[in-house]
Amino acid sequence: MSNATVLEGAAKPSGCSSSGCGSSADHLSHLSDDIRQKVQNHPCYSEQAHHYFARMHVAVAPACNIQCNYCNRKYDCANESRPGVVSELLTPEQAVKKTLAVAAAIPQMTVLGIAGPGDPLANPERTFATFRELSEKAPDIKLCVSTNGLNLPDCVEELTRHNIDHVTITINCVDPDIGAKIYPWIFWNNRRIRGRKAAQILIDQQQKGLEMLTARGVLVKVNSVMIPGVNDEHLKEVSKIVKAKGAFLHNVMPLIAEEEHGTYYGIMHQRSPSAEELQSLQDACAGDMAMMRHCRQCRADAVGLLGEDRGAEFTLDKIEQMDIDYGAAMTQRAKVQEELTQQLNASRKSTPQTAFVSLDSLRRKPTARPVLMAVATAGGNLVNQHFGHAKEFLVYEASSQGVRFIGHRKTDLYCTGANECGDRDTTLTRSIEALTGCEVVLCSKIGFEPWEQLEAAGVMPNSEHAMEPIEEAVAAVYAELVAAGKLVDNTVGSDAKAIA
Amino acid sequence: MAFSINQHCVNCFACESVCPNQAIHEAKPHFIIEAKLCTECNGEYDEPQCASICPIEGAILDASGEPLNPLGSLTGIPVERLRQLAEARP
Repeated sequence: MSNATVLEGAAKPSGCSSSGCGSSADHLSHLSDDIRQKVQNHPCYSEQAHHYFARMHVAVAPACNIQCNYCNRKYDCANESRPGVVSELLTPEQAVKKTLAVAAAIPQMTVLGIAGPGDPLANPERTFATFRELSEKAPDIKLCVSTNGLNLPDCVEELTRHNIDHVTITINCVDPDIGAKIYPWIFWNNRRIRGRKAAQILIDQQQKGLEMLTARGVLVKVNSVMIPGVNDEHLKEVSKIVKAKGAFLHNVMPLIAEEEHGTYYGIMHQRSPSAEELQSLQDACAGDMAMMRHCRQCRADAVGLLGEDRGAEFTLDKIEQMDIDYGAAMTQRAKVQEELTQQLNASRKSTPQTAFVSLDSLRRKPTARPVLMAVATAGGNLVNQHFGHAKEFLVYEASSQGVRFIGHRKTDLYCTGANECGDRDTTLTRSIEALTGCEVVLCSKIGFEPWEQLEAAGVMPNSEHAMEPIEEAVAAVYAELVAAGKLVDNTVGSDAKAIA
Repeated sequence: MAFSINQHCVNCFACESVCPNQAIHEAKPHFIIEAKLCTECNGEYDEPQCASICPIEGAILDASGEPLNPLGSLTGIPVERLRQLAEARP
């Protein structure tokens, strides 16, 4: 899934209107006003919006026309959260009904995407039937689609007809020799084609589709899966090329590969990147274009805010029982979304001031080193979650340059079935592992036992900023650390050690 | 002569959409090929369409019951490794 546009020339210096001024959180500042308008309440494109607005995917597209080495078409597990996994395949009619039910129950839901579990454009009838009906019945919902790109050029006309202004293309390479290590085969012109030749066709179609969409003003985001030793270095080149062709956002995601998933990479023990490796590649690509760091790699039937999944509340048998007055729901939705937009704008205005004050004091101590801090949040851009309830942490880097969002760390990447998945000690161990590299964890509350273990692991828990906006809290803690003299640049120290 | 689909099918609709004879239908527990409509794509395509898009090894069989996509032919995972995994499973 992704989208793009040729807009880098439209960059406008907007002062400090964004909480991430000059940072990744401000990754949309180079876009024109009308594009920013389009994405400001889209949780998948705007780091800030994802704290306030929700999305859903409907699983109407089961067929696929390629095989990727990180995918296993046999998978279906309610306790898994990752792309390609889905519990209940829907017909277009069921998908429309589910969307209306969710939109009525979750008014902050702004976006409906079709992302699989196969490739939406390998199921054009089912995908477009869903879009067609939704654009009539729920004109206030943004429609998105995600594709591997093979059939994209043939579908561009139809996509623009349904007013779909966000498309995501998964582009893992522009070199067919690398592609041959990622894609074992494609189905093309009535044949199964393998190896380098298959990869070349796929790459050509992806690039052609990207060019056609951006030429028509459709927003294109590019997703890439980072596969260590296969395409990690190469993705820097991919980033340059897709930006030059007008993609407006690049989302580099870590490979998920475990043997029990039954994928080629899982069974062959291809390793996934560490959080540090991912961050380093995202930083390297960021020089070339806007990077996205808040992606949660959600399921093809996910419902709710990013990082949460309320799909179980909207199964087919449950939505059958629901009586929906969508006209009334649309009025309610408009009101709620207006309020959320105001909150979002207010947080954009308030945070930089606080950040600015603390930065001003930091500039007098230029030797302070940057610090990674993890935050437990349940949404709303606030430090508002109990440490023990956090299934993931948002990671921010505080430095003398300001506070920037780095990414998220899941405490358990795959499973949400807590009962089947070990005792509390294991969960705590996983949380502590997920925080590797972070020196502080901010949360609303934390128990005594995890506090001790975190401290022993070198991560300082902090619940003094409960309910405060995240960036303000991170900036405040950083200022405290600087004031306490705890952040004297350690490069001097490590040099000394090396010499010793 | 006709192909058939077995229990390995994951109901992904891919074959249904490419069959030139509308011989494939959704069914429980898995899709089925209507034998009297299946031509094995003879005279229509060089390769049988359903078997050329099916992502699952061993799910589509020829008239003699042999898999058109045998174990190891689609994923590149060595057959030996697949056998080991199958044996390890309860």
